[in-house]
Amino acid sequence: MEFLLVLGFPLAGGLVLAATGHWKRAAEINSAFSLLTLLAAALLTLRVIEHGPQLLFDEEIFIDPLNVFLVALTAFVGFTTSLFSRPYMRIEHDHGRLSSRRLRLYHSMFQMFSFTMLLALTTNNMGILWVSMEAATLTTVLLVSLYRTPASLEAAWKYFILCGVGIAQALFGTILLYFAAEKVLGGGSGALLWTHLDAVKGQLEPTVLSLAFVFLLVGYGTKVGLVPLHNWLPDAHAEGPTPVSAVLSGLLLNVALYAVVRCKVLADGALHSNLPGMLMMGFGLLSVVVAAFFLSRQKDVKRLFGYSSIEHMGIITFAFGMGGPVASFAGLLHMTVHSLTKSAIFFAVGHAAQKCGSQAIDDIRGLIKLSPTVGWGLMLGALAILGMPPSGVFASEFLILTTAMKEQPWATPILLIALGVAFAAIFGKVQPMVFGEPTAKRLPHKPAMLPVFIHLGLVLMLGLWIPPYLAEWYRQAAKLIG
Amino acid sequence: MNGHLPLYAQVINLLAAMLLLLSFAMLAQRRILSLINLFMAQGMVLFASTVVVAAATGQHHLYWSALLTLVLKVMLLPWILHRLIRRLNVKWDVETLINIPTTMMIGLVLVIFSFNLALPISALAGTITRSTLGVALAAVMLAFLMMITRSKAVPQVIGFLAMENGLFFAATSATYGMPMVVELGIALDVLVGMVILGVFFFQIREQFDSLDIRHLEQLKED
Repeated sequence: MEFLLVLGFPLAGGLVLAATGHWKRAAEINSAFSLLTLLAAALLTLRVIEHGPQLLFDEEIFIDPLNVFLVALTAFVGFTTSLFSRPYMRIEHDHGRLSSRRLRLYHSMFQMFSFTMLLALTTNNMGILWVSMEAATLTTVLLVSLYRTPASLEAAWKYFILCGVGIAQALFGTILLYFAAEKVLGGGSGALLWTHLDAVKGQLEPTVLSLAFVFLLVGYGTKVGLVPLHNWLPDAHAEGPTPVSAVLSGLLLNVALYAVVRCKVLADGALHSNLPGMLMMGFGLLSVVVAAFFLSRQKDVKRLFGYSSIEHMGIITFAFGMGGPVASFAGLLHMTVHSLTKSAIFFAVGHAAQKCGSQAIDDIRGLIKLSPTVGWGLMLGALAILGMPPSGVFASEFLILTTAMKEQPWATPILLIALGVAFAAIFGKVQPMVFGEPTAKRLPHKPAMLPVFIHLGLVLMLGLWIPPYLAEWYRQAAKLIG
Repeated sequence: MNGHLPLYAQVINLLAAMLLLLSFAMLAQRRILSLINLFMAQGMVLFASTVVVAAATGQHHLYWSALLTLVLKVMLLPWILHRLIRRLNVKWDVETLINIPTTMMIGLVLVIFSFNLALPISALAGTITRSTLGVALAAVMLAFLMMITRSKAVPQVIGFLAMENGLFFAATSATYGMPMVVELGIALDVLVGMVILGVFFFQIREQFDSLDIRHLEQLKED
């Protein structure tokens, strides 16, 4: 029941807003639907806390510790983003950058995007997982090109073609997976259910599964933004409206990575070798290093944090690739704190860019004098994402590094250097933005800084204390990932 | 085993060969209208092969996916594409970034690569269509190549759709098709994607007065 609501509210929201999205109160309707989704997700979470994993609707839906916290996180960040988007989009509208019709498209697609992500997270069917990942791309293409500027059209085109090709590889991987499963489980849709596959993963044909995993990793990896398949990511983040950047970075990348992890569990079971782990570690490390070195060359603040997302996704992929209870635990924790911190940063950056009338780093100066809340929000967010203690990012990165020292000592110096380079690049750029000489004007509406501080507060809390049931989920999910 | 293949398998192999031939024809085709017609022909071949596989194996759900192919890939998508190019008034010929003979050579290498990749899997397959998996993979690769070598938006999209054709063929030949829910979902995605792209073409044209995607190369690292 709760589950139907979790999917039903965003779907209904998408339909209602397709008709009413241009109304004056559309932003409030949008927030209301996101709030309802969040409440439904909270109820679902409570149910899982009480009764354990759930298998619903003819086993088509599966909710276990690995995805329940992602469902809650997705609903939560979706809600706070809708709160942020209310004043943000209103200012964009008042500046004449968006017409009412485009606002309608924006609001409707925002809800549909939540729907596709929640479906991808909860489905038990690997085929439906693919379908909803593709649908998530489709709903965001028009959001990235919302401003219809040459740059945004280019970004959206690149996003569509690259992710489309990538996800086609994932479909081939899914076909191979089905091919291997059919031999053991027989035909029909039962053979694509993850729980069934998980039960017989030891009997799946290793040659087919290794090929399938490579295709799936490359396919879903394109959406995670792993180097060298990352080209769409900075463009899409920089050119789309800021609330969209926040949900792309904070949520979509997580969902794509979740798909990779589900596939890894199956491949691990079938292969009895470390091939999937090695592949993920390789892609992860490459992403961390390349992104870290690209950071210092960025002139656009949203591109800067887009690259930072690639870096963090690389760290998480590396952690899951390394495997073991501690590294997987840290990877899950990092997923949570990264998505909270990164979306908070995008909220602050969005308002800063509106104040200064530009996304160029050189044009944003002296935020602390213009608006202390935006300035502090950006500064604290940047420090948190750079892994300063006591933020949650510090805790997870510390766990990943210490495990790497034990398990994969060769990787530790590479990681440390990349993290150092990233620190220098981001801190060096954010510092003058916050403390330099101001250049900008006032905003017509009050900025929505509450979501920023809620997110940062949660990140701080996760750095100091993880609620026992959350820790228990992480532990169980980590055991599952292996 | 040659010469003793059952009739069904021979027909399917013939259709697979036609699919591959059409992929090469698309790769070499310069005119946009012919490209759409070739895409439609590919849809027809796909439909025919799905029906034959269904008849040969008695898998009834394959008739449904054949019907889906017929409606979507032979009727709906070519119709949308024709309408689009009429509305957009595109008359130009397709330009390629690499000349066509070179592209064909690369295509040949890709086909050999695909057959090699598919060999161990085909050996495991128990389906009567197993020898066509290499063809399916080759069709995917050739469509991919076409997307890379074309500089205009519409041919790129046709390449994208041809890639989906190859994947569909792979699913039919390796496993007698995916479960029906999944196939419906994929078809829905393709259709929605096509509609969104249609909208998108108009946006690009409005902005650049052209559908040449070389205009879309401004965002670079500097």
